[in-house]
Amino acid sequence: MSREPFVTLSSAVVPISRGDIDTDQIIPARFLKTVNRAGLAEQLFCDWRYLADGSPNPDFALNRPGMAGRSVLLAGDNFGCGSSREHAPWALMAWGFRAVISSSFADIFRNNALKNGLLPIEVPPEELARLFALAEAEPDASVTIDLETQELRLHDGSSIVFHVDAFARRMILDGTDELGYLLSLEPRVEAYESTHAPRVDTRHTPA
Amino acid sequence: MKNPVPPSSRARTIIEKIWDDHLVAAGVDGAPDVIGIDLHLVHEVTSPQAFDGLRDRGLRVRRPGQTVATLDHSIPTTDRDLPIADEIAAKQVARMEENAREFGIPLHGIGSPHQGIVHVIGPELGLTQPGMTIVCGDSHTATHGAFGALAFGIGTTEVEHVLATQSLLQRRPKTFEVRVDGRLHPGVTAKDIILALLSRIGIGGANGHVFEYRGSAISGIGMEGRMTICNMSIEGGARAGLVAPDEVTFEYVAGRPHAPAGAAWDAAVEAWRHLPTDEDAEFDRSIAFDAGELSPMVTYGTNPGMGFSITDRVPDPERLADASQRDSLRAALAYMALNPGEPILGRPIDVVFIGSCTNSRISDLREAARLIRGRRVADGVRMLVVPGSTEVKRQAETEGLASIFREAGAEWREAGCSMCIAMNGDQLSPGQYSVSTSNRNFEGRQGKGGRTFLASPLTAVASAVTGRLADPRAIL
Ligand code: SF4
Repeated sequence: MSREPFVTLSSAVVPISRGDIDTDQIIPARFLKTVNRAGLAEQLFCDWRYLADGSPNPDFALNRPGMAGRSVLLAGDNFGCGSSREHAPWALMAWGFRAVISSSFADIFRNNALKNGLLPIEVPPEELARLFALAEAEPDASVTIDLETQELRLHDGSSIVFHVDAFARRMILDGTDELGYLLSLEPRVEAYESTHAPRVDTRHTPA
Repeated sequence: MKNPVPPSSRARTIIEKIWDDHLVAAGVDGAPDVIGIDLHLVHEVTSPQAFDGLRDRGLRVRRPGQTVATLDHSIPTTDRDLPIADEIAAKQVARMEENAREFGIPLHGIGSPHQGIVHVIGPELGLTQPGMTIVCGDSHTATHGAFGALAFGIGTTEVEHVLATQSLLQRRPKTFEVRVDGRLHPGVTAKDIILALLSRIGIGGANGHVFEYRGSAISGIGMEGRMTICNMSIEGGARAGLVAPDEVTFEYVAGRPHAPAGAAWDAAVEAWRHLPTDEDAEFDRSIAFDAGELSPMVTYGTNPGMGFSITDRVPDPERLADASQRDSLRAALAYMALNPGEPILGRPIDVVFIGSCTNSRISDLREAARLIRGRRVADGVRMLVVPGSTEVKRQAETEGLASIFREAGAEWREAGCSMCIAMNGDQLSPGQYSVSTSNRNFEGRQGKGGRTFLASPLTAVASAVTGRLADPRAIL
């Protein structure tokens, strides 16, 4: 199964400067009862995005004028901490994001994001601070993400080098998926299984 | 580059030993390693899209006998004979049942004597054993690390990978030694150890690492306390955390339904004795503290790293040098409606929740029952006790713990995740304060607008009977 290969991406950013944004904020647990991925775009950041009466919170970044259609989220340190719910990257992508820039990411979120083609772009803390300052000074300025060269280019002509896991990067650039790769290693799995007997059999019903 | 020294002669941590034992294929050309998975735990919330993925590709589950499912997150903890009122939850439960049937996976569902929180039933059934690799689409999978297993949470795409191949693409993690020596004082528990660690390293402090908890305080704690500690490894950013197996571990596993028996048991124990970290092995990072210096801990903010001793005063954001930390603390205190400088002790509370995969096992319930016996839940406080599994519930009822809780005025409920995640209707109302034995105090985690103080079962009981955040040492 394949996805659209990733080409260079240019967009103005949506800035949310809070640090430690956890997956319960990205997509609250009450929306995890879904058995598919429907409705996630509206539920993204639900508890920050809407006021008690259900109207959009005008102070929240996603609701500010001109944000719709942007595809890069700029967020505080340690983005995506908390649960393993893949609904978090799904919801971000459903809204339209293709990349998140932060100074660090929680491990499971980073994995989940990469597996869906959502780019977690890690930059040094001082560069993150500069990006927030730029986003405040010139809210509509675009950044360009070049995954091939692993460069984030800013409108002032400067650029920031980032690093994405080499394997995940290849997969995203080519639009291939990891399960296909894993399945191609089946002979290795078989060889492993021939020397590693199952430790348990869950099917034998315990007394 | 591969390490030039063969694994057997190099001093290794338990983490590296388990990794090496499960290597299906070492990564080449920049690809991650492929590791084999011994046990895959599945629940209703993070699996439906993975099964759909299998169907789309025409794949089967490679190893149904190494896979087991339960229902825990979205099911009610009220009368199980009634149909599930929440239609969306009912559909998710039905989907889990269908998927288990279609793909031949054993399901401990509603009505099963083995139903329960996924991280409670694995150990209870003896499925969780030392030296294993264990995964689940759930970030608290590290719980199983208490047995000396490498256990970690995965996303739904990875759930699909494991269902299809019983293996995973993974990069070798860095190792992080957490050494806790000394002795806990009465009223201070395993939960306080992990909350103390998190308050020291912060919520992202161990990203990219796996913890090994060691030291005399850890070996002195029973298996269920070790599970409490390992459970919250992810709250420090570590995907896994483990404790090397010892006699305490073997004794706990022995005789459980899926534990090896007879000669197989002897062989297993012999193999498990080789797991502990070699004396000269090096960790990428280390931290150490003394259990004797700890007091009961409680969180004051909106992530599990924002914790302190229950006798401390609320910190002042203006004293923080780092701007983003200052902003986070300001936002957290605003959400919690707490003021810098005020004591946390004595804050009025509305709800007490004893439960979750952190603290819902029989020993948690025994400790809580011992403290609440002969006391009453304070007027105006709602207390829920939610056993981690149907088996824990049965045992607690047999031992008379359930009636102790009921007589004290607490609700005694069916097993599940309940108010830990508030997906099933068990939830706080906006503005309410809870003292909770669960693992997360994120905004809205226990219900939109709800405010959570994480603490041990003893602190939860002391608070329930006082109606305010209370120090359990005062009523021991
Ligand atoms: S009890 Fe809470 S943390 Fe544990 S598995 Fe359930 S929802 Fe997750």
